Amino acid sequence: MSITLNGKDVSLQSGVDTVDKLLSHYQLENRIVIIEVNKVIILKENYKTTSLSHGDVVEIIHFVGGG
Amino acid sequence: MTTRYSRHELFLGSEAQAEINKASVIIIGAGALGSASSEMLARAGIGRVTIVDRDYVELSNLQRQQLYTEEDARNQMPKAIAAKTRLRQINSDIIINSFIEDVNGQNVEELIKNHSVIVDATDNFETSLVVNDAAVKHGIPYLFGACVGSYGLTYPIIPTDTPCLNCLLDHLPMDGMTCDRVGVISPIVQIIAAQQVTHVLKILSGKKLSPMLQSMDIWENEKAEINVTQLRKQNCPTCGEQPTYPFLLIENQLKTDVLCGRDAVQLRPGLRSDTFSLPRLLKRVENYVTNPVLNRYLLSCNIDDYRIVFFNDGRAIIHGTNEAKKAREIYNRLIQFY
Repeated sequence: MSITLNGKDVSLQSGVDTVDKLLSHYQLENRIVIIEVNKVIILKENYKTTSLSHGDVVEIIHFVGGG
Repeated sequence: MTTRYSRHELFLGSEAQAEINKASVIIIGAGALGSASSEMLARAGIGRVTIVDRDYVELSNLQRQQLYTEEDARNQMPKAIAAKTRLRQINSDIIINSFIEDVNGQNVEELIKNHSVIVDATDNFETSLVVNDAAVKHGIPYLFGACVGSYGLTYPIIPTDTPCLNCLLDHLPMDGMTCDRVGVISPIVQIIAAQQVTHVLKILSGKKLSPMLQSMDIWENEKAEINVTQLRKQNCPTCGEQPTYPFLLIENQLKTDVLCGRDAVQLRPGLRSDTFSLPRLLKRVENYVTNPVLNRYLLSCNIDDYRIVFFNDGRAIIHGTNEAKKAREIYNRLIQFY
């Protein structure tokens, strides 16, 4: 399936079908992230149960501390 | 005056420029982001610019910290002083104050008071959260910004209007990724600082900012933005109904003690957790460390040339350095995985 991630079209390999798996796929599971799917922010406790569908528009912003 | 700021007046209007000339802006940190934003703000004619920084100039800073010179690095000039000298050459009409200080819960309120806006240019979350508490408490807009590698993000905190930084981060993130480890390129610094300064100019021009978290990766040409209105927490200890401003309390801050003559530094975390578990920590870090030893009292392991010993109460001793900054970095590299 493909989704729009941070403005770019990306194809996800099969199995990457929840927010939780998407974050692991991008190695962001241990980071502080704010993730939005189709304009709705997904709370951390719902990462595992929020599934992704073809055509979803996803924005992920992770925090860094440098400056 | 009119000639100097004529291009600004054409774009922003002369009333907005008058507000800019009356404003006071404090920049927390004078590294890469602080160099870039303070130069733009001084050129813009901000009436009083205050700079606070704890560090001194090193050669490795010059690639991106635009206010500093080779001479500053040779002389190991404190950044606060070198920045003030350079900014004075750029604009002698404005007041520039600088402080060589480590911003913490004890001094932050004194530093920020009587300023119209606060610009974040720190290199760590801990300080950002301290400043966030003080900004919300004193009702001063605080423009968060951070960057590493080719990626950065910004977020404007407008007390009473937007969720605060503490609403967005539900626990203190540890700085796993810093420019000491993965590097940083200057274009992203310029973009993040430019966004922060644009926010300053908008606030001083009377424009309303929306709670928009924005990120950018200049190398990948990727952008994201999320309106975080829904993340506002009623029970936020900083901006909620009964604020306690936890990061201003001395007992909540990571404390470091250099252990004299032992080439070691002790760190004590501020927010004490009764559930801290050494076996769990070992499980999380075992791929990153060597020679781990776990007993009922402590976990000891090696990372790079350092040996780090964690105790049940969350305390740690880092052997192989007598620098608090280095010790914090090593500690954070591991504790972030907990």
